[in-house]
Amino acid sequence: MHELSVCQALIIQVQEIAKQHDALAVKLIKLQIGPLSGVEASLLENAFPLASAGTVAENAVLYIDRLPVRVRCQQCGAETEAAANRLICGQCGDYHTQLISGDEMLLASVELTKES
Amino acid sequence: MCNTCGCNITPGNKHFAYKPVEGGTTAVSVLKNLLAKNDDQAVHNRQHFDSHGVLAINLMSSPGSGKTALLEATIDALKHEFRIAVIEGDLETENDADRIRAKGVPAIQITTGSACHLDAHMVHDALHSLPLEGLDILFIENVGNLVCPASFDLGQHRNITLLSVTEGDDKPAKYPVMFRAADAIVLTKTDLLSVLDDFDPQRAERFVRELASNAPMMHLSARKQIGLDVWFDWLRQELHAQRDRVNQGKTARPKIQPEGVQLHVSTV
Ligand SMILES: Nc1nc2c(ncn2[C@@H]2O[C@H](COP(=O)(O)OP(=O)(O)OP(=O)(O)O)[C@@H](O)[C@H]2O)c(=O)[nH]1
Ligand SMILES: [Zn+2]
Ligand SMILES: [Zn+2]
Ligand SMILES: [Zn+2]
Ligand SMILES: [Zn+2]
Repeated sequence: MHELSVCQALIIQVQEIAKQHDALAVKLIKLQIGPLSGVEASLLENAFPLASAGTVAENAVLYIDRLPVRVRCQQCGAETEAAANRLICGQCGDYHTQLISGDEMLLASVELTKES
Repeated sequence: MCNTCGCNITPGNKHFAYKPVEGGTTAVSVLKNLLAKNDDQAVHNRQHFDSHGVLAINLMSSPGSGKTALLEATIDALKHEFRIAVIEGDLETENDADRIRAKGVPAIQITTGSACHLDAHMVHDALHSLPLEGLDILFIENVGNLVCPASFDLGQHRNITLLSVTEGDDKPAKYPVMFRAADAIVLTKTDLLSVLDDFDPQRAERFVRELASNAPMMHLSARKQIGLDVWFDWLRQELHAQRDRVNQGKTARPKIQPEGVQLHVSTV
């Protein structure tokens, strides 16, 4: 399981942001995770209390925005939703598609406070 | 439980994401990859490889798919043509590195303990104890695991995913993240195809194409020395391309990684 190491990397980034803004605590951490990112959102949630313990993010709420898999067809141009293991065009069925959403593993935003 | 399809963003919790910020609170928009630190280190590693003109190739597969066996066969055939070195990742033991050293090629073993993948920092530590000077190809054998290694950029130029014919031809559909990450796919242990009646290479390839991947698929047996020439030619071509890039001051990342953040940052 690498969700703990991903979560530790997250906490390091959040700590740096909090420091830059002279914040005493982090209230909310918002992530965007897609099914093709290779990390499981629910496992990140489980790892979060462990990784955040004793840091400025200790009492933060972790909110994970789960993004859908979407592809753009290079044949017909349609943008459709797809299953993570079937990235074919929902319109014409071609597999020459480009992923436009679904592999995100992003720290989207944080909310900081000067009160601890 | 449905964790990945987005259906647990319900009308009930959706407002939470857009909750107005209270007084005394600062909202900071970030939009950075969670593995940004690893990715920065990977960029640094890639600079090391490029400044020495080395082609770095990351091999990924389930445990026992034949990564080390393929490397052994490759070294036997090409060690007079190219200077090769190997970084070996394993949970425990120096066995794989010993097998490579027995072929007369430098090998560094990284034992990850409980980590199920290599990351860019581990590879950096290892590469500074390798003679990059005069090296042509550096192979990085990742930890046997079809999940985690796909998420970590190590600074390699190309990803190879191996699939042995004893694993089942539906692995690409079951592990889409890993197979999407492959610049080329190597079907291994094809000498066993005749005794396995349920592995259909065409079906395996169809699952790969359904991941919108046009990665070449090479069929080979390291044990019986079947189909290795296609793999060797692929390596020669890649090394050639790497030298051209280096001469032009360019680099390459595995095909999966360039889009990422830029392509689809949705509005927060
Ligand atoms: N029949 C057959 N067996 C093979 C072939 N290649 C590898 N094997 C066998 O498969 C087993 C695993 O091979 P390795 O090369 O150690 O596999 P690996 O992917 O390096 O394994 P880990 O590093 O533990 O993940 C060994 O018993 C090999 O002898 C092949 O082409 N044909
Ligand atoms: Zn893992
Ligand atoms: Zn289409
Ligand atoms: Zn091995
Ligand atoms: Zn360095």
